[in-house]
Amino acid sequence: MGNFAANEGLSIFVILVWLGINVFLFVHFYMAFLVDRYYYTRVILGHALSWARAPAACLNFNCMLILLPVCRNLLSFLRGSIQYCSRTAARQLDRNLTFHKLVAYMIALHTAIHIIAHLFNFERFMDSQLMINSSHLPYVLSQIGNNDNRSYLNPIRTNETNPTIVMFTTIAGLTGVVITLALILIITSSMEVIRRSYFEVFWFTHHLFIVFFIGLVAHGIGRIVRGQTVESVKVHDPVECHSKFETWGQNGTDCPEPVFAGNPPMTWKWVVGPMFLYVCERLVRFYRSQQKVVITKVVMHPSKTLELQMKKKGFKMEVGQYVFMQCPSISQLEWHPFTLTSAPEEDHLSVHIRIVGDWTQALYTACGGDKTVVLDAWTLPKVAVDGPFGTASEDVFRYEVVMLVGAGIGVTPFASVLKSVWYKHVQENKNVFTKKIYFYWLCPETQAFEWFADLLQSLERQMNEKDMRDFLSYNIYLTRWKDAEAAHLRVQYEAEDDPITGLKQKTRYGKPNWDNEFSAIATQHPGSKVGVFLCGPTALATALGKQCISHTESGTEFIFNKENF
Amino acid sequence: MGKIEWAMWANEQALAAGLIYATGGIVGVAGQFRGWQFACFGIAAGVFVCLLEYPRSKRGKGTSVERTGQYCFTVCVKAFGPLTRNYYIRAFLHATLCVPGGFMLATVLGCVCLGIASLIYLTAAIHGEHWEPILPRREPPKRVGDSIKEPPQNPPPRPPPELRRKKADKLEAAAYDNPMSVTVSE
Repeated sequence: MGNFAANEGLSIFVILVWLGINVFLFVHFYMAFLVDRYYYTRVILGHALSWARAPAACLNFNCMLILLPVCRNLLSFLRGSIQYCSRTAARQLDRNLTFHKLVAYMIALHTAIHIIAHLFNFERFMDSQLMINSSHLPYVLSQIGNNDNRSYLNPIRTNETNPTIVMFTTIAGLTGVVITLALILIITSSMEVIRRSYFEVFWFTHHLFIVFFIGLVAHGIGRIVRGQTVESVKVHDPVECHSKFETWGQNGTDCPEPVFAGNPPMTWKWVVGPMFLYVCERLVRFYRSQQKVVITKVVMHPSKTLELQMKKKGFKMEVGQYVFMQCPSISQLEWHPFTLTSAPEEDHLSVHIRIVGDWTQALYTACGGDKTVVLDAWTLPKVAVDGPFGTASEDVFRYEVVMLVGAGIGVTPFASVLKSVWYKHVQENKNVFTKKIYFYWLCPETQAFEWFADLLQSLERQMNEKDMRDFLSYNIYLTRWKDAEAAHLRVQYEAEDDPITGLKQKTRYGKPNWDNEFSAIATQHPGSKVGVFLCGPTALATALGKQCISHTESGTEFIFNKENF
Repeated sequence: MGKIEWAMWANEQALAAGLIYATGGIVGVAGQFRGWQFACFGIAAGVFVCLLEYPRSKRGKGTSVERTGQYCFTVCVKAFGPLTRNYYIRAFLHATLCVPGGFMLATVLGCVCLGIASLIYLTAAIHGEHWEPILPRREPPKRVGDSIKEPPQNPPPRPPPELRRKKADKLEAAAYDNPMSVTVSE
């Protein structure tokens, strides 16, 4: 329980504040339409008016929020500024995608309420035009404004129509249908199954948000929500005059004809700021992508991993950051994220790309993966790089003790960390705050070891030379093996170097016992804050998160950071 | 990743459309709107589409993720054979089901969403996709060794027992702790 507050407290606080604002807006705008100005509107519509306007206000609020978590560059900038004040607050910005999804669900919910309420509104407006009876107040109200077509209450002006036609012939109705369709298409293509399997479909369909925002701003232009004007209320009090509707405007009454007008559109005031910020964000991304990137080295590793070393002028990075890469010769519109595996101290930037789909396969071919002859530098494809963007691994050096857990390809950000650690120690004038690193690598197959094993081997050698064997403690776990391999390993048990990795530290088999590991670290480092960094699957994240929360021996605090793409 | 299987997106869209169609129908009937008969049809069509679309198809390439509890629906849908297997038929079915929804405001949104789903299914059909049921895999029969009663499936790599016992005094050189204490000679 002890670490729960440290790990989750700020997130829960943010969510509660956000929900609170939603509830407040809903109730406030519900009540705002129960005033006298809307008395006659409510005569026709009843409470369906308020039920439509309240979610509309919440929609304004949430549509304002939804663009902000995806302004990557803005968030990177904020993160950089905030982390000097509070590491916890900076970590909160890592959960931007979760917040984006929450806001999206809220938008979907409020859209549903808004539409259902308006279905009732349309029906009731239509009813009041069809019940042709001068002793019926709704009908009388609907006839107001027939002459000048400005001071009317009922947006349905004739009885020779039906709600469907009205919807398609009013600005509000038409934009409403268009933006709802855009929203539904965005949501169905963002389902996890589609997103994880066919990212392009998700990404391209998501750009319907442009249609969504244009339609949203235009939605209120028709001023279809109408109430009595302020001047009219002064001379015609609806509470007193509503029963005298048969004599309105006639000589001798104190109830002149009421005058109605529509409310001006409000949505643009909410969303114009974030829209501007998002446009800036896209411009920044575009500008960075135009800057020249040169591929200096291409390395083909076994296990279908491609390493690209590149140089870009003025590129600065921190450990564990990621970049977006684009290759115009493969696709003009696709940008894919890759973790940087080079350290900030190196003069180039490198990424290790696993070949899993169309784009990576095409990149492999373009870089000469299937050719045996060495390619000239000028034949290599042009690439664009946007970033770097910060994620959790940036924080590694702010902790005294650090646990790094990488599953399979998830070890890539930590490659950068380990290299950087080494460079920092080599330049001995750097006072490194981190005193001890525990590194865990979980791998289902041996092939994935190859390129990373080289790095670990060189680190191991250098650490032995500098007599710093204790600084880094690494454990490699092989989680799956075949019988034939097992037989070979059994025979090699006595060898000094591990038969799989060639390292002095033996490979372990099966999954680590996290309880033991956490307890051991807690007893070794009492009273310190231990940063736990994971790049791997959700199941492991849940397990580690639980372990962090439950291990608080001798005041040690485990703080959990997770990366996910 | 690889080539998109359009049917996956069509399935999500159709399921959402079914829900929207049914909800619109419920509102139309509950509010007793004009044309509530279309709303009734909307409820029936929406529910039918949801039942038809709930079981996900098996993917051509890659792992298929089932929806919770979809097995009974898979069996029902599978029983219709080629009618549900073929996506041209499904596209046509959705197109016809969506038309009555256009006559009443409450069901218009369901109508348009289902129409879009029908178009995506048509695209899927043109690309040669078809519906495959996800059925549980049969477990491979366990192999039993000759002299061993119940061997583990994947023995962890460990030296033979004789070597292990001799190493009791060199425990610190072992890669991991033995779960049971190992005595020097037994």
